[in-house]
Amino acid sequence: MRGHWGDTLQPALVQHVELTAIAVGIGFALAFPLALLAHRYRRLEQPIGVLSALLYTIPSLALFQLLVPFTGLTWTTVEIALVSYTLVILFPNIVTGLRSAPAEVIESARGMGLTRRQVLWRVELPLAVPAIVGGLRIAVVSTVAIATIAAFLLPDGLGYPIFLALKEPTPFKTEIYSAGVLAVALALACDGLLVVLKRALVPWARKGVA
Amino acid sequence: MIPAGLNLADQASLHTFVDAAHFIGSNGGLLATKALEQLELSGAALLIAVAVALPVGVLLGHFHRGSGVAIGASILGRGLPSLCLIAAFLTVLGIGFVNNMVALAVLGSGPILTNAYDSVERVDRDAVEAARGMGLTGGQILRRIELPLALPLLFTGIRISAVTIVATAPIAAIAGGGGLGDIIVNQASYRLAGVIGASICVMALSAVVFVALAGVQLAVTPRGLRGTSLLDLNSRKELQ
Repeated sequence: MRGHWGDTLQPALVQHVELTAIAVGIGFALAFPLALLAHRYRRLEQPIGVLSALLYTIPSLALFQLLVPFTGLTWTTVEIALVSYTLVILFPNIVTGLRSAPAEVIESARGMGLTRRQVLWRVELPLAVPAIVGGLRIAVVSTVAIATIAAFLLPDGLGYPIFLALKEPTPFKTEIYSAGVLAVALALACDGLLVVLKRALVPWARKGVA
Repeated sequence: MIPAGLNLADQASLHTFVDAAHFIGSNGGLLATKALEQLELSGAALLIAVAVALPVGVLLGHFHRGSGVAIGASILGRGLPSLCLIAAFLTVLGIGFVNNMVALAVLGSGPILTNAYDSVERVDRDAVEAARGMGLTGGQILRRIELPLALPLLFTGIRISAVTIVATAPIAAIAGGGGLGDIIVNQASYRLAGVIGASICVMALSAVVFVALAGVQLAVTPRGLRGTSLLDLNSRKELQ
């Protein structure tokens, strides 16, 4: 019986959280400056958008495999793929958020003597927070799901108990259900945390107004 | 520990891509058969997803009810790990085509439902009011006003769903779903070159589906509504 919490599920859950956190963290660190660039130089937005839309159509299993000759069966391989997917989700969301400040608001800020940089940090960015957190929610939830596919390469994450169970002639149902439920619960928990974070960051955005 | 079927000695060389090209060149028949298998499975799953999720989304949008359902569907559509879903249905429906079809259909319903709801719900209320004032019934409003105006966004949902399903289908190979994934999960027989070759084909297949559906979308969009981004791959229901 391999369905024990301490033996299999707990380490798998911890690894899954790590896989997700690293991917979303690096993804955000890359997407944010890229979005600021695209916001400043609008010409860049379309090419980056096209590139990321195409990247998103690459099936995760194929992307993982295509990276194997470069980086081997390592966390690096998995993270490069996961980061790419988060980038695709985060970039357009952040750009949309930065664009959401009404023109009059920006005009008045400029009229009050704020420099372009001050407008960005004091007006556009705070107004973009709901869209940015919205992007983070989609990114985290998707990454938790995609990270299960890492099990095809690595013995890590919540996908691995499922992967192993499926290799058996009669699949172990316990492992499939328990790991599956944990993965969904993890996604929902992360989503909930981000909602709380958003409420704390934008107290002015009442429900239905933001 | 290394997952079964993967062989460390195989990798580390960029020559793999040359070998992969050779594999594709000399196994055209096999790859075409597997690609067709994958398209059949994906097509069947997409049909079910459309048949179930589209009417639900459209009706909810028409009656302006159930935004919670639409948001829930969009979160679940992204958050349900495909591997878990395929494994879970395997335990219920057994190994093979049906289990994978159902799992992929569930996965593909999310974006269809969300976008169908959203597209109909967001139709300009003034246009609907004007139609009602002219004496159109609810059904007529739906067919003549709401659906034509909703079409681009609605079709975007179907397109996202199709790409999601085709991209996920290779994973079905682990549960007897066939398709190009059969080669990807069987490195013992096909070597890394075969795995990489099949991965390239999977990628090409998804890209073809993506571009083909973008073409269809452009063709079915009423002329006055063109200009909606064809590259939009995120469900429009923004999570804010």
